[in-house]
Amino acid sequence: MKNNHRYLFLNPKITEKIGTVALTAVAFLTVAPIIAIVIYIIYLGAPAITWEFLTAMPRDGMRAGGIWPAIVGTFYLTMGTAIFSVPLGVAAAIYLSEYAKDNPLTRNIRLAIINLAGIPSVVYGLFGLGLFVVFLNFGTSILSASLTLSIMTLPVIITTTEEALRAVPQSFRVVSTSLGATKWQTIRRVILPQALPGILTGVVLGLERAAGETAPILFTGAAFFLPRLPNSPLDATMALPYHLFVISTQVPGMPIKIQYGTVLVLMMFVLIMNLIVTLIRSRARARRQW
Amino acid sequence: MKDKIIVENLGLKYTDGTESLFGVNLRIQANRITALIGPAGGGKSTFLRALNRLNDLADVAETSGKVLIDGVNVLDPDLDVIALRRKVGIVFSRPLPLPLTIYKNVAYGLEVAGEKKRAVLDEAVERALRLAQLWDEVNDRLNDPAVALSGGQQQRLCLARTLALKPEIILLDEPTSALDPIATLKIEDSLDMLKEEYTIIIAPHNTQQAARVADRVAFFLQGQVIEYDTTANIYTRPKDSRTQDYITGKFG
Repeated sequence: MKNNHRYLFLNPKITEKIGTVALTAVAFLTVAPIIAIVIYIIYLGAPAITWEFLTAMPRDGMRAGGIWPAIVGTFYLTMGTAIFSVPLGVAAAIYLSEYAKDNPLTRNIRLAIINLAGIPSVVYGLFGLGLFVVFLNFGTSILSASLTLSIMTLPVIITTTEEALRAVPQSFRVVSTSLGATKWQTIRRVILPQALPGILTGVVLGLERAAGETAPILFTGAAFFLPRLPNSPLDATMALPYHLFVISTQVPGMPIKIQYGTVLVLMMFVLIMNLIVTLIRSRARARRQW
Repeated sequence: MKDKIIVENLGLKYTDGTESLFGVNLRIQANRITALIGPAGGGKSTFLRALNRLNDLADVAETSGKVLIDGVNVLDPDLDVIALRRKVGIVFSRPLPLPLTIYKNVAYGLEVAGEKKRAVLDEAVERALRLAQLWDEVNDRLNDPAVALSGGQQQRLCLARTLALKPEIILLDEPTSALDPIATLKIEDSLDMLKEEYTIIIAPHNTQQAARVADRVAFFLQGQVIEYDTTANIYTRPKDSRTQDYITGKFG
């Protein structure tokens, strides 16, 4: 017996300990950069956050004043993206999960959707420029940018929604059908309510990406500087991520706190979206009757 | 005695070629309890699910023969399957409440059928729960989630859910396999009462249960009906040696 643990690495107690410590360390390593970034941004950006910064127009070639039009623009773009991509994405996922038969056609549709998720965002930007701005003649506008962002967001929404629908036990479908429900009644009354928390997660993941993207809106709807709010979907707009790019690289003599203040606002924007969805999700869970 | 269901030469193959039925012939009498016994994989579940076309949801490659219910071939592709499933209810082997309240579970079938009047639903829910002998235990918490019930209560809820649709035929696929003996007895008691009004087909989870509840017994083996007779005959003087071996516990 004594000889069994002669070698350090053969002692199960010690290997167990090493494993636990190593995995915990790795877990901390992965979040450490994120925490560092957040602290850094808050440290540099927080002094810029004033009521004026959040609600005023930019002044002095964007070197002073606020970022209100960019906040509003990002809000419009995110909402516009949601209007197009959420119904379309959820409907496509319902089709793929509940109606589509497993055949070469649907397998290829799935493959195409997965591949779409891997396309660089600037390619979507160029595609949007060609299709929406030029061909459909929507111009450089909130509409064109929202549509472009929607196409980019769709794969995320479709794949996560499909996943959420598939996670609903098959037995619910069998039971509902056995009680005389049609396929659609089963989906609407049982499957969708069950899948809702998962669907919301996918939607918010997609929309957050849309809110933070620069490349797709660069050619399709983002304005370099627009000292007024857009008043129609066919207007161009300022947006937080593009504004950040502009004030970081295009404007000399830009106070650093305005740059980091803008980053902080964009981060808060995404965080608030997350919080809202988490709230809705936990309420949906609480209402879940099983 | 009137034949409620006449099955003629029913054959069924799955796409992966597993469990199948081969030329099954069976006449099932109205207002009787017919038990399907036999070892697992013998085709009992598949047979039951052919009667209300639930096999439509499974990967079935081919169905042949006829299933006549009140003279209508329910395998006809043009048949109104929704109406069929209301007429032929099923209770599954595991309690499978829908993720809804107790009340909503029982009312589900009526609601999807378009019934909106609260009074009608209330009455149907109470009637179904009483028939399934569950009313006294749940009438004060109808709006609780159905999963909060015990396994035995859940299974009686599933029975009530089926009864709420006022079906003519009730299929029970090993309805007590997940239940303790007391819960099992409650279900069996209900069945005895219910056969006054309904035609019941049960795949019991053991041969003793068939002996306790059934009027007639069909012995299924490898997708075929080996023997079909009254319960007394099957258990006391089976004609086929395989039936004898099965009920005496030599295999199964």
